[in-house]
Amino acid sequence: MDMLFALATAALILSGSAFALIAAIGLNRLPDIYTRMHAASKAGTVGSGLMLLAVGVHSGDLATLARALAGFFFFILTAPVSAHLLAKAAHQVGYSLSPRSVCDEMSDYEKRI
Amino acid sequence: MTTIIVSTLFTAVWVAITGSASFHNLAFGFLLATLCLWIVRDEMGGRGYWKRFGRVLSLLVLFLKELALSAWKVAVLVVSPRMDLKPGIFAFPLTVDRDFEITLLANLITLTPGTLSVDVSVDRKTLFVHAIDCSDIEATKRDIAEGFERKIMEAFR
Repeated sequence: MDMLFALATAALILSGSAFALIAAIGLNRLPDIYTRMHAASKAGTVGSGLMLLAVGVHSGDLATLARALAGFFFFILTAPVSAHLLAKAAHQVGYSLSPRSVCDEMSDYEKRI
Repeated sequence: MTTIIVSTLFTAVWVAITGSASFHNLAFGFLLATLCLWIVRDEMGGRGYWKRFGRVLSLLVLFLKELALSAWKVAVLVVSPRMDLKPGIFAFPLTVDRDFEITLLANLITLTPGTLSVDVSVDRKTLFVHAIDCSDIEATKRDIAEGFERKIMEAFR
Protein backbone atom coordinates (compact mmCIF):
# COMPACT_ATOMS: atom_id res chain seq x y z
CA MET A 1 0.00 0.00 0.00
CA ASP A 2 2.84 2.39 0.88
CA MET A 3 4.48 1.47 -2.39
CA LEU A 4 1.26 2.33 -4.23
CA PHE A 5 1.07 5.77 -2.61
CA ALA A 6 4.73 6.41 -3.37
CA LEU A 7 4.24 5.46 -7.01
CA ALA A 8 1.12 7.64 -7.31
CA THR A 9 2.95 10.58 -5.72
CA ALA A 10 5.94 10.15 -8.02
CA ALA A 11 3.70 9.95 -11.09
CA LEU A 12 1.77 13.08 -10.03
CA ILE A 13 4.93 15.09 -9.32
CA LEU A 14 6.57 14.04 -12.59
CA SER A 15 3.54 14.82 -14.76
CA GLY A 16 2.93 18.07 -12.86
CA SER A 17 6.48 19.27 -13.39
CA ALA A 18 6.34 18.17 -17.04
CA PHE A 19 3.29 20.40 -17.56
CA ALA A 20 4.98 23.29 -15.74
CA LEU A 21 8.08 22.86 -17.92
CA ILE A 22 5.94 22.78 -21.07
CA ALA A 23 4.15 25.94 -19.94
CA ALA A 24 7.56 27.62 -19.58
CA ILE A 25 8.72 26.41 -23.01
CA GLY A 26 5.42 27.63 -24.43
CA LEU A 27 5.97 31.12 -22.99
CA ASN A 28 9.25 31.19 -24.86
CA ARG A 29 8.18 29.73 -28.18
CA LEU A 30 4.73 31.17 -28.85
CA PRO A 31 4.66 34.33 -30.98
CA ASP A 32 2.57 36.90 -29.04
CA ILE A 33 1.13 37.65 -25.59
CA TYR A 34 -2.30 36.21 -26.43
CA THR A 35 -1.04 32.80 -27.47
CA ARG A 36 1.39 32.86 -24.55
CA MET A 37 -1.47 33.30 -22.12
CA HIS A 38 -2.88 30.01 -23.44
CA ALA A 39 0.23 28.14 -22.32
CA ALA A 40 0.45 29.95 -18.99
CA SER A 41 -3.21 29.61 -18.03
CA LYS A 42 -3.80 26.00 -19.06
CA ALA A 43 -0.62 23.97 -18.80
CA GLY A 44 0.38 26.06 -15.77
CA THR A 45 -2.90 25.41 -13.94
CA VAL A 46 -2.83 21.70 -14.59
CA GLY A 47 0.86 21.48 -13.65
CA SER A 48 0.45 23.16 -10.28
CA GLY A 49 -2.82 21.29 -9.71
CA LEU A 50 -1.13 17.93 -10.19
CA MET A 51 1.67 18.86 -7.81
CA LEU A 52 -0.78 20.05 -5.15
CA LEU A 53 -2.61 16.75 -5.56
CA ALA A 54 0.72 14.95 -5.08
CA VAL A 55 1.17 16.74 -1.74
CA GLY A 56 -2.31 15.65 -0.67
CA VAL A 57 -1.78 12.03 -1.69
CA HIS A 58 1.65 11.88 -0.10
CA SER A 59 0.42 13.15 3.25
CA GLY A 60 -2.14 10.33 3.44
CA ASP A 61 -4.26 12.69 5.54
CA LEU A 62 -7.74 13.77 4.51
CA ALA A 63 -7.47 17.24 6.01
CA THR A 64 -4.28 17.92 4.02
CA LEU A 65 -5.82 16.47 0.88
CA ALA A 66 -8.87 18.70 1.33
CA ARG A 67 -6.60 21.74 1.67
CA ALA A 68 -4.60 20.74 -1.42
CA LEU A 69 -7.84 20.38 -3.37
CA ALA A 70 -8.93 23.81 -2.12
CA GLY A 71 -5.62 25.20 -3.40
CA PHE A 72 -6.26 23.66 -6.81
CA PHE A 73 -9.78 25.08 -6.77
CA PHE A 74 -8.50 28.60 -6.09
CA PHE A 75 -5.98 28.17 -8.90
CA ILE A 76 -8.85 27.33 -11.25
CA LEU A 77 -10.71 30.41 -9.99
CA THR A 78 -7.82 32.86 -10.35
CA ALA A 79 -5.78 31.68 -13.36
CA PRO A 80 -8.41 32.51 -16.01
CA VAL A 81 -9.08 35.91 -14.44
CA SER A 82 -5.43 36.94 -14.58
CA ALA A 83 -5.03 35.57 -18.13
CA HIS A 84 -8.16 37.44 -19.20
CA LEU A 85 -7.04 40.72 -17.57
CA LEU A 86 -3.56 40.53 -19.12
CA ALA A 87 -5.04 39.85 -22.56
CA LYS A 88 -7.61 42.65 -22.16
CA ALA A 89 -4.99 45.14 -20.97
CA ALA A 90 -2.67 44.17 -23.82
CA HIS A 91 -5.45 44.67 -26.35
CA GLN A 92 -6.45 48.03 -24.87
CA VAL A 93 -2.96 49.50 -25.08
CA GLY A 94 -2.78 48.28 -28.66
CA TYR A 95 -0.40 45.36 -28.41
CA SER A 96 -0.97 43.81 -31.81
CA LEU A 97 -1.57 40.17 -32.55
CA SER A 98 1.23 38.24 -34.18
CA PRO A 99 1.37 38.56 -37.99
CA ARG A 100 0.33 34.91 -38.25
CA SER A 101 -3.11 35.75 -36.84
CA VAL A 102 -5.98 35.20 -39.24
CA CYS A 103 -8.66 37.47 -37.74
CA ASP A 104 -9.33 40.13 -35.08
CA GLU A 105 -13.06 40.74 -34.75
CA MET A 106 -12.46 42.72 -31.57
CA SER A 107 -10.59 45.50 -33.37
CA ASP A 108 -13.28 45.45 -36.07
CA TYR A 109 -15.90 45.91 -33.36
CA GLU A 110 -13.99 48.72 -31.65
CA LYS A 111 -13.62 50.55 -34.95
CA ARG A 112 -17.38 50.39 -35.48
CA ILE A 113 -18.29 52.07 -32.19
CA MET B 1 -28.89 27.97 -7.05
CA THR B 2 -30.19 29.67 -3.91
CA THR B 3 -30.69 26.26 -2.35
CA ILE B 4 -27.05 25.37 -2.89
CA ILE B 5 -25.99 28.68 -1.34
CA VAL B 6 -28.31 28.09 1.61
CA SER B 7 -26.99 24.58 2.21
CA THR B 8 -23.41 25.87 1.99
CA LEU B 9 -24.30 28.45 4.64
CA PHE B 10 -25.88 25.73 6.78
CA THR B 11 -22.72 23.67 6.36
CA ALA B 12 -20.62 26.59 7.60
CA VAL B 13 -22.90 26.94 10.62
CA TRP B 14 -22.65 23.20 11.27
CA VAL B 15 -18.84 23.30 11.12
CA ALA B 16 -18.73 26.32 13.42
CA ILE B 17 -21.01 24.68 15.98
CA THR B 18 -19.28 21.29 15.98
CA GLY B 19 -15.89 23.01 16.02
CA SER B 20 -14.15 20.77 13.50
CA ALA B 21 -13.43 21.71 9.92
CA SER B 22 -12.24 18.29 8.78
CA PHE B 23 -13.27 17.06 5.36
CA HIS B 24 -15.54 14.43 6.90
CA ASN B 25 -17.36 16.96 9.00
CA LEU B 26 -17.78 19.31 6.04
CA ALA B 27 -19.22 16.54 3.87
CA PHE B 28 -21.50 15.39 6.69
CA GLY B 29 -22.66 18.94 7.36
CA PHE B 30 -23.44 19.48 3.70
CA LEU B 31 -25.37 16.21 3.57
CA LEU B 32 -27.30 17.20 6.69
CA ALA B 33 -28.09 20.65 5.31
CA THR B 34 -29.30 19.14 2.04
CA LEU B 35 -31.47 16.67 3.95
CA CYS B 36 -33.00 19.46 6.06
CA LEU B 37 -33.75 21.52 2.96
CA TRP B 38 -35.20 18.47 1.25
CA ILE B 39 -37.62 17.95 4.16
CA VAL B 40 -38.95 21.50 3.78
CA ARG B 41 -38.78 21.44 -0.04
CA ASP B 42 -42.50 22.12 -0.58
CA GLU B 43 -42.52 25.15 1.70
CA MET B 44 -39.41 26.47 -0.07
CA GLY B 45 -40.58 25.68 -3.57
CA GLY B 46 -37.20 24.16 -4.34
CA ARG B 47 -38.43 20.96 -6.00
CA GLY B 48 -35.72 20.75 -8.62
CA TYR B 49 -32.86 20.73 -6.13
CA TRP B 50 -31.59 17.22 -6.86
CA LYS B 51 -32.06 17.61 -10.57
CA ARG B 52 -30.19 20.89 -10.45
CA PHE B 53 -27.48 19.47 -8.23
CA GLY B 54 -26.96 16.72 -10.81
CA ARG B 55 -26.67 19.30 -13.59
CA VAL B 56 -24.13 21.36 -11.65
CA LEU B 57 -22.15 18.16 -11.12
CA SER B 58 -22.33 17.31 -14.81
CA LEU B 59 -21.06 20.82 -15.64
CA LEU B 60 -18.15 20.21 -13.25
CA VAL B 61 -17.31 16.86 -14.84
CA LEU B 62 -17.43 18.36 -18.35
CA PHE B 63 -15.17 21.17 -17.16
CA LEU B 64 -12.53 18.88 -15.61
CA LYS B 65 -12.50 16.77 -18.77
CA GLU B 66 -12.04 19.84 -20.98
CA LEU B 67 -9.32 21.22 -18.71
CA ALA B 68 -7.27 18.02 -18.96
CA LEU B 69 -7.80 17.95 -22.71
CA SER B 70 -6.80 21.59 -23.14
CA ALA B 71 -3.59 21.25 -21.13
CA TRP B 72 -2.72 18.23 -23.24
CA LYS B 73 -3.41 20.07 -26.51
CA VAL B 74 -1.32 23.07 -25.49
CA ALA B 75 1.48 20.71 -24.46
CA VAL B 76 1.40 18.90 -27.80
CA LEU B 77 1.36 22.22 -29.67
CA VAL B 78 4.27 23.68 -27.72
CA VAL B 79 6.61 20.73 -28.10
CA SER B 80 5.85 20.09 -31.78
CA PRO B 81 8.84 21.29 -33.83
CA ARG B 82 6.82 23.29 -36.36
CA MET B 83 4.09 25.12 -34.48
CA ASP B 84 1.06 25.22 -36.73
CA LEU B 85 -0.77 28.33 -35.52
CA LYS B 86 -3.74 30.22 -36.88
CA PRO B 87 -4.44 32.50 -33.93
CA GLY B 88 -7.09 35.22 -33.91
CA ILE B 89 -9.86 36.91 -31.94
CA PHE B 90 -13.47 36.11 -32.78
CA ALA B 91 -16.73 37.52 -31.44
CA PHE B 92 -19.03 35.09 -29.66
CA PRO B 93 -22.69 36.15 -29.41
CA LEU B 94 -23.85 35.60 -25.83
CA THR B 95 -27.16 34.00 -24.97
CA VAL B 96 -26.66 34.13 -21.20
CA ASP B 97 -27.17 37.64 -19.87
CA ARG B 98 -26.62 37.65 -16.11
CA ASP B 99 -23.25 38.88 -14.83
CA PHE B 100 -22.68 35.71 -12.87
CA GLU B 101 -23.32 33.48 -15.88
CA ILE B 102 -21.14 35.56 -18.20
CA THR B 103 -18.29 35.41 -15.68
CA LEU B 104 -18.63 31.66 -15.33
CA LEU B 105 -18.76 31.13 -19.09
CA ALA B 106 -15.74 33.40 -19.68
CA ASN B 107 -13.71 31.53 -17.06
CA LEU B 108 -14.70 28.14 -18.44
CA ILE B 109 -13.80 29.25 -21.97
CA THR B 110 -10.36 30.36 -20.81
CA LEU B 111 -9.62 26.95 -19.36
CA THR B 112 -10.79 24.93 -22.36
CA PRO B 113 -8.86 23.85 -25.45
CA GLY B 114 -7.40 26.65 -27.53
CA THR B 115 -9.65 29.47 -26.35
CA LEU B 116 -9.12 32.46 -24.06
CA SER B 117 -11.70 35.13 -23.26
CA VAL B 118 -10.33 38.62 -23.80
CA ASP B 119 -13.22 41.00 -23.22
CA VAL B 120 -16.98 41.51 -23.05
CA SER B 121 -18.57 44.20 -25.21
CA VAL B 122 -20.11 47.18 -23.43
CA ASP B 123 -23.67 46.00 -24.12
CA ARG B 124 -22.86 42.52 -22.76
CA LYS B 125 -24.04 40.78 -25.87
CA THR B 126 -20.68 39.73 -27.25
CA LEU B 127 -17.75 37.92 -25.74
CA PHE B 128 -14.41 38.33 -27.50
CA VAL B 129 -12.48 35.10 -27.50
CA HIS B 130 -8.89 34.56 -28.58
CA ALA B 131 -8.39 31.18 -30.20
CA ILE B 132 -5.15 29.44 -31.06
CA ASP B 133 -6.78 27.81 -34.07
CA CYS B 134 -9.12 30.10 -36.00
CA SER B 135 -9.40 27.90 -39.07
CA ASP B 136 -13.04 27.03 -38.30
CA ILE B 137 -14.61 29.80 -36.20
CA GLU B 138 -18.18 28.64 -36.74
CA ALA B 139 -17.44 25.17 -35.35
CA THR B 140 -15.73 26.65 -32.27
CA LYS B 141 -18.69 28.96 -31.65
CA ARG B 142 -21.08 26.03 -32.00
CA ASP B 143 -19.02 23.96 -29.55
CA ILE B 144 -19.18 26.71 -26.90
CA ALA B 145 -22.89 27.41 -27.43
CA GLU B 146 -23.90 23.76 -27.32
CA GLY B 147 -21.43 22.74 -24.63
CA PHE B 148 -20.80 25.14 -21.78
CA GLU B 149 -23.42 27.74 -22.49
CA ARG B 150 -26.24 25.19 -22.69
CA LYS B 151 -25.01 23.44 -19.54
CA ILE B 152 -24.83 26.73 -17.65
CA MET B 153 -28.40 27.54 -18.69
CA GLU B 154 -29.55 24.08 -17.54
CA ALA B 155 -27.74 24.31 -14.23
CA PHE B 156 -28.70 27.81 -13.15
CA ARG B 157 -32.14 28.50 -14.63
